[in-house]
Amino acid sequence: MANVNAPMAGKLISVDVKVGDTVKKNDPVATLEAMKMQIKVFAPADGKVAEIKAEAGANIDPSVVIMTLE
Amino acid sequence: MAVITNNDFLYNVFGGFTHFTWQSAVMILIGCILIYLGAAKDYEPLLLVPIGFGCILANLPLTELIHVPRDGYVFNHSIQEALGEAGLMPFVEGARVVNEGILDVLYNAGIANELFPCLLFIGIGAMTDFGPLLQNPRVMLLGGAGQFGIFLTLMLALAIGYEKLEAICIAIIGACDGPTSIFITSMFNPALLGPISVAAYSYMSLVPLIQPPVMKLCTTKKEREFIMSYEMLTPVTQRTKILFPIVVTIVTLLIAPSGGALMGTLMFGNFLRECGAVGRLVQAAENEIANITTLFLGLTVGATMTGEVFLTAKTLGIFALGFIAICGDTAFGVFGAKLMNLFSKQKINPLIGASGISAFPMSARVAQKVGNEANPQNYLLMHAMGVNTSGQIGSVLTASVMIAIIGALQTMGVDLTI
Repeated sequence: MANVNAPMAGKLISVDVKVGDTVKKNDPVATLEAMKMQIKVFAPADGKVAEIKAEAGANIDPSVVIMTLE
Repeated sequence: MAVITNNDFLYNVFGGFTHFTWQSAVMILIGCILIYLGAAKDYEPLLLVPIGFGCILANLPLTELIHVPRDGYVFNHSIQEALGEAGLMPFVEGARVVNEGILDVLYNAGIANELFPCLLFIGIGAMTDFGPLLQNPRVMLLGGAGQFGIFLTLMLALAIGYEKLEAICIAIIGACDGPTSIFITSMFNPALLGPISVAAYSYMSLVPLIQPPVMKLCTTKKEREFIMSYEMLTPVTQRTKILFPIVVTIVTLLIAPSGGALMGTLMFGNFLRECGAVGRLVQAAENEIANITTLFLGLTVGATMTGEVFLTAKTLGIFALGFIAICGDTAFGVFGAKLMNLFSKQKINPLIGASGISAFPMSARVAQKVGNEANPQNYLLMHAMGVNTSGQIGSVLTASVMIAIIGALQTMGVDLTI
């Protein structure tokens, strides 16, 4: 089980995977906007998307879990 | 009675064509290229579009829109007209008495007295969030390291044979800061305003292309992969953010009082933003004032780009040295970060050192991009933002110190025009 946290404070633009998708380490899984720059959030480990916990449009920071991988 | 020939008549009626020179054609082409780069390629469009148009206007013959900052002109104001009628004009031998063009008015209103760059600084201050810098204040040292390119270029320019004041104006391109470059140049060598400001803004827009190769050249892959955690950043209170511009103003102006116009306006704009009581003024500073000033500044600076000033070997030298200045800033910033790592327990990714220039927020974005390419788990943006904002303060402070030193030398009677 691995959490995908927001790498920095910003606005979550989109979650680019669905529950059940299989992802590999360093695959892009979400897009964040910080300082008017769009930044891809990459999977920290291999796994399957178990739950998506944050919604697009939300303001997030490193304490926020965007999704969990199993 | 003078005989008017057909040739004289045609020469005067079609003056726009008959006075058109190859220099006019080249400069109009340069103006069109600047407009193309700004409008079609999105390179600093807010500046390059008005600069390009100003350049076209100034190089169309007989428009008489601008005469300054060149010598040899006296404006035909009413008092001067009276003196002229009394046979006392012009005061300067050989000077032409001309009517003040609209771009002369703008030049004298905002460039000759350095007002426009300062108004722009109020807007920049209002737009800048110094939060990332305050969360990790030690990176302020990198904002200083990033200014070394200025001094390297200064020495190079002097070695090549530029006059001392010219060399200072060229070196300040290394600050990667348009308003500061314009401020310094209009103060010390207005004739170079066109080439220096175009070089400064062109290189600012090319930061995403110029910096990455230098950054990669100065670091190993292992260094670029180093992950900086966000836990090292300590939250800052609003009170700290409010006090910051006041403290910076007092401290920096005690160090370099002659930088008051630059630092004072930058920090005033930031204080408006952080104090939270003057939302309308913040909005005016970052929108209306910044936009109007940018428009007039760009148009007027572009209009100083006349063929006789721009189409010289000096301009080529300015562009070459400006390029060296920005590469030097990037390299010194990266090595500054490495040096910091030697003496610090908490290591940093040396890439963020490259953001110690004033090109905000492009340079921080470049650090994020290069770091992320090396290691997708690496998110350097906010760390680089701290360095980038300190680079803004650093470039203004460096300019202020230069003004102070030049002022002191001039007071001592040192001739800086050689």
